[in-house]
Amino acid sequence: MSKVTTPEAIAASLSDGMTLGIGGWGSRRKPMELVRAVCRSPVRDLTVVSCGGPDVGMLCAHGKVRRVVAPFVTLDSIPLEPYFRAARESGAVELTEYDEGMFLFGLLAAAHRLPFLPTPAGLGSDVLRVNPGLRTVRSPYPAGDGEGLLVAVPPLRLDAALVHLNRADPRGNGQYLGPDPYLDDLFAKASDRCYLSCERIVDSFTGPAQSLLISRAMVAGVAETPRGALFTSCEPDYGRDEEAQRRYAASASDPALRAEFFGPGPGAGRTEAA
Amino acid sequence: MAATRAEVCAVACAEAWRGDGEVLAAAMGTCSVLGARLARLTFEPELLTTDGGALLTREALPLGRAADPAAGGAEGWLPFRDHLWLVLHGRRHVMMGASQLDRSGRSNISAIGPWEKPDRQLLGVRGAPGNTLCNPTSYWIPRHSRRVFVPEVDMASGVAAATARDLRRVVTDLAVLDFGGPGRTARLVSVHPGVAVREVRERTGFELAGADGEVPVTREPTGEELRLLREVLDPGGLRDREVPG
Repeated sequence: MSKVTTPEAIAASLSDGMTLGIGGWGSRRKPMELVRAVCRSPVRDLTVVSCGGPDVGMLCAHGKVRRVVAPFVTLDSIPLEPYFRAARESGAVELTEYDEGMFLFGLLAAAHRLPFLPTPAGLGSDVLRVNPGLRTVRSPYPAGDGEGLLVAVPPLRLDAALVHLNRADPRGNGQYLGPDPYLDDLFAKASDRCYLSCERIVDSFTGPAQSLLISRAMVAGVAETPRGALFTSCEPDYGRDEEAQRRYAASASDPALRAEFFGPGPGAGRTEAA
Repeated sequence: MAATRAEVCAVACAEAWRGDGEVLAAAMGTCSVLGARLARLTFEPELLTTDGGALLTREALPLGRAADPAAGGAEGWLPFRDHLWLVLHGRRHVMMGASQLDRSGRSNISAIGPWEKPDRQLLGVRGAPGNTLCNPTSYWIPRHSRRVFVPEVDMASGVAAATARDLRRVVTDLAVLDFGGPGRTARLVSVHPGVAVREVRERTGFELAGADGEVPVTREPTGEELRLLREVLDPGGLRDREVPG
């Protein structure tokens, strides 16, 4: 019954050209230990689906990414993600840019196995111009106001997903203890294979039942990676390591700083690990 | 002590939410966040405000302080996914930032230059398309310049005033604008105390309606508003870092 595995084994299970979802939001609760393992692996040409943060930047910097699907990529306290920026400005990666609500509906459609979900968000903006494949539908019901025109958001089906949580059990059940689940359960439900990393593997859970975010039925493997979200935050276990994040952002223009984030070791911001 | 420019801006931001009642005041940027909380503490007490994270706070909190739910400081829970629900529901008035804003009210936070291979990649559209289409929307622009106020945005993240649900006002470090100009275009509503209309025109990259005749002056903060800003909401003076005196 045990699904306990390692970051290396998870990374090795991915194959070229896959669509990979990554949980968290901006620079919050990103599965950075898993992302670093993917960066060290030979996999390439990934389509990365993410409310993007340094996960997207690191994978771009390592040449793993063909396309990014995202409503944003940011480090939160530092607005722009330097490596994603460089990849876009050099034309190294393609982008599917969605409104946040469209992105949520794409995951919901995939999680519910629906062909699309309708939303007004995106109409009138250039999101439709830069995503010429997006289609609109008209409501089959009498329109209350407007013309009933809606964007038909297609499902964001994921071959695999990586999510970092506070606690998990060996069976693959996952628990979040912070204030926001982000869209992590939807990444799990939208994917064929979801891999969890967690601060600590526990035999059983304490705390409110509502914190049991992800069911083992949706999980293929679980790896214990203490402080594995650093330098991003993992409330309440730890906040964002702002100092390490500043070094990461500076490393884009200062090669001397890159070893900490791009070397073979445990990686960014983990030097202060207890 | 007379009000600083940042304090005038915070109060001008607060005014954006006047009359909104029991809606979420979603704010981005220091003066915008201060404005939302100041409005709640004064003339718009039914507003809902957050701690900057997932919690709706029982009281309007000072900048940078997280709500303490264990001490009764939270009155609700609004994780990101529920912000996105509330966008479509509509009971939310958001004040966003913008890297570019054009005469028609379209905004850009996505990329500068050609989208396919941008000169400068920015954040991405984030929630701007849905926000502007479904929610009353205002903008807070801490530095009024021709880089921001362009004839036409490179990428329309937020929709034009003619398409938007209700594009309310734009507060900058110089002035207050709305979209009451001809054909729902940008119009000068007031200039902040000490700002010349000419300066606003020079720092705007398109022709601004309402900038010819007599232009009203943005109101000064009241004594109580200054006390709340200085002693309660922002004793550390973060507002002055965003808008230097």
